[in-house]
Amino acid sequence: MVENNVNVYKRKPPWVVILKRFLANKMGVVGTVLIVCLVIVALFAPLLEPYSYKEQNIEISNEPPSLSHIMGTDDFGRDLLSRTIRGARISFVVGVLSVLISVVIGVVIGSIAGFYGGMIDLVLTTIADLTWSMPAILIALLLVAIIGAGLESVVIAIGLSYWAQYARLVRGQILSLKSAVFIEATKSLGASDFVILFKHLLPNSLSPVIVAATIGIGNAIVLEATLGFLGMGAQPPTPSWGAMMSNGTAYLFISPWMIIFPGLAMMITVLGFNLFGDALIDIMDVKNKESI
Amino acid sequence: MPILEVNDLHVEFIVDKKKIRPLERVSLEMNSGEVLGMVGETGSGKSLTAHAIMGLTSLVGGEIGGSVTFEGKDLLVLSEKEMQSIRGSQIAFIPQNPMTSLDPVYRVGDQIVEGLCKQVKIGKQQAKQQVIDLMGKLRIPKAKQVFQQYPHQLSGGLKQRIVIAMGLCAHPKILIADEPTTALDVTVQAQIMLLFKEMTMARNISLFLITHDLGVIAQVCDKVAVMYAGNMVEFGRIGEVFSSPRHPYTKALLQCIPRIGMEKGSLAAISGNVPSVDTYPSGCRYHPRCSRADSLCKKTIPTLLKIEGDSRVACHHYLDNKD
Amino acid sequence: MWIYVLRRTLLLIPLFFIISVVVFSLIHLVPGDPIDSLLGPGSTSADKVELIKAHGLDKPLPIQYFVWLKKFVTGDMGQSIIEKQPVADMIVYNMPFTMRLGLASLFISFFLGIFLGIISAAAKNTYIDHISMIIALLGVTVPAFWLGLILMLIFSVMLGWFPVSGSGSFQTLVLPAVTVGLGGAGLIARITRVSMLEMFNKEFVLLLYAKGLSKPAIIIKHVFRNALMPVITIFGLRLGWILGGAVTIEIVFSRPGIGKMLLSALYRRDYPVVQASLIFLTMAVIIGAFIADILYSYADPRVRDVYK
Repeated sequence: MVENNVNVYKRKPPWVVILKRFLANKMGVVGTVLIVCLVIVALFAPLLEPYSYKEQNIEISNEPPSLSHIMGTDDFGRDLLSRTIRGARISFVVGVLSVLISVVIGVVIGSIAGFYGGMIDLVLTTIADLTWSMPAILIALLLVAIIGAGLESVVIAIGLSYWAQYARLVRGQILSLKSAVFIEATKSLGASDFVILFKHLLPNSLSPVIVAATIGIGNAIVLEATLGFLGMGAQPPTPSWGAMMSNGTAYLFISPWMIIFPGLAMMITVLGFNLFGDALIDIMDVKNKESI
Repeated sequence: MPILEVNDLHVEFIVDKKKIRPLERVSLEMNSGEVLGMVGETGSGKSLTAHAIMGLTSLVGGEIGGSVTFEGKDLLVLSEKEMQSIRGSQIAFIPQNPMTSLDPVYRVGDQIVEGLCKQVKIGKQQAKQQVIDLMGKLRIPKAKQVFQQYPHQLSGGLKQRIVIAMGLCAHPKILIADEPTTALDVTVQAQIMLLFKEMTMARNISLFLITHDLGVIAQVCDKVAVMYAGNMVEFGRIGEVFSSPRHPYTKALLQCIPRIGMEKGSLAAISGNVPSVDTYPSGCRYHPRCSRADSLCKKTIPTLLKIEGDSRVACHHYLDNKD
Repeated sequence: MWIYVLRRTLLLIPLFFIISVVVFSLIHLVPGDPIDSLLGPGSTSADKVELIKAHGLDKPLPIQYFVWLKKFVTGDMGQSIIEKQPVADMIVYNMPFTMRLGLASLFISFFLGIFLGIISAAAKNTYIDHISMIIALLGVTVPAFWLGLILMLIFSVMLGWFPVSGSGSFQTLVLPAVTVGLGGAGLIARITRVSMLEMFNKEFVLLLYAKGLSKPAIIIKHVFRNALMPVITIFGLRLGWILGGAVTIEIVFSRPGIGKMLLSALYRRDYPVVQASLIFLTMAVIIGAFIADILYSYADPRVRDVYK
């Protein structure tokens, strides 16, 4: 009556099965739609924005939302809708790039730690645990202070702040797969460590990483906003959502829409990634409570 | 009047939008003081029968049909609250795996007392004393100390006795024991079975024993019910069923038991496999493995017929099967 | 069990050293010469040499580290370059504010999170479940500072219930704490929900029903108690994540605190302050995790025995 969750190694399920189950998950579909919208807006930003994002017009500065400016204007008279659309592009790029960096670092460190074990594992895991426990904002802040402000620095800093969780995931998967029978078989056939690691262990360890990465993109976008808010991110006139909100803080009581709309845009975007990732977790039965 | 009467019991689940019935056509009677054994392979529906009688199948989304009559009352129409007052105090249940049946964060003694206080109007101190006495009778050494232990500190045999204590402490009228010895060492098994027989006789409890071990059934039970693939295929007094089984499956089972003095050679086995819930054959679920199966068996599922006294059998050709 | 506590406490010491080394090294990686900020206009290179000697900056780095470390643990954390007061005094002044905010936020995170998680699990797939999970997502999908600003807009500006900034009273604590707390509550709610649902499936639950216990008793006394353990674990591990927002929140709500101190010191290259603040914040997170670890081992009898 009670289902036993035996952690048996399964061959990667055929894509059709996954797709079917995914489509049945309503929240996941919503998430996918949101992500697709983001991608479209990011890709076609120049075509979609009604005005140029940097065109200033002091006469209409701080205007509330109206028919001609759906999201209102900022303190330089720039159209907020256009800037928010541009911001989507920046957030998307920052999110994906920084997660890519994190994943690469995390996977490399995690596989080495999991595969070789012993002292190497101990050292790497301690470093990873310490990094993971720290508030990412502190790490990122320090790194940006060292490298200097700017969008590139932010991407690198975020990438360096979030790698630990991927390292843990990969290490965990490798540890449990290491002793699987098929690995012993491969070893006995004379395969080198390298081959075992790359051809066999890694591909089967990646599914939790992919899931964590989707949610990670959302986290990266949020972190970028915070860094931007603190003045460490993109410099004007680049309309990253964080910079826009930072700019708008001074006008919170005058023209709150400067802060509200970028925030809402971010909420919808990050929500999309989270729903998508959650749906993946549900489908793949990936029991990774830590990857939330 | 039998203390427990089950008529045409079935449990239905909806899986992937399909209705499946892992348990169907189960009918039996148990008289007060009797020991009823239910035997069958894994997946034959034994545990499910026990859960259904206890009204626990709704926990996993199953719908029960048929009737389960306890002392004249139909349990299936009772509300959850009314069932709660019957569980543990009138009909008690000992689950299959003592290793995982205890809450790991509470002391074992407290867990028994918790049940007792709910089932019987009794103060905590008095309950504690009664439980310790019972533990002693169950041959748990140093009962007072064991009372304070946590489940992970106890061996399998001790845990099983704790779970048995939980079942017995409120002096229920019926005790359902689901494979009480399967998870234990063979040496401990014998002890536990003996304990069961003693306890249930001493307290006049009607015992419903679920097991896959025919030997245990033969030693301890008065009546036996044979389950196959979610159906009951035979039911009757031990003497009759073991000496002249009427259902081909029962016959085959009995033939599989190795005997002292047998000729050397391979052990008998029943060819084929037990069908899983989603691959039940049409008609009689045993027909693919039955040597006497014919077109009727393939088409129509046999009903559980009452024949000669307490016996029942579900086979189209039971008359031919008599030896 | 006390041996367990002792062992874990002793672990804190090497951790402190590691962190002090990391912080010290990182600070010295930051470009920009701290000496330059100390020199006024019209200083000569001789002045610079003298200043360097006076601060001991001409000695090799490892020696500088040990000198600094020795002073640090005896309470001399240096002098703020900008504020011209002992860093230790600044820390002592700001610490209580941050601690209050931190504790209040953790309190909200934990209890609001658990509450949302339990009701979601108990009422799975109903609208209660969905609404709770949406509230939970709120904490994760938006930056803390934005949430803080919006809350400020609604509750301070429009409704006037709470002051916009300041410190020292309960009212000034509410909005900041709720802002940070919501973020953590989101995480805790999701973990609690998952943990509770998993616990429902455990085999011992069956026996609880078989004993005739009622559903509420089973949920609260047994399922929740067991589900709590992974929640405590994750709570302890993610303390840093949960409190991460507190750093920016102090700025948003103009509250004094170590976070605000750190940020302004970072802008102005006030290294002694940055060093000290980082170490305190980091150690606070680690000590918090340590306390959560102890709580967990107390809650789970199986862990207690490992060290007997």
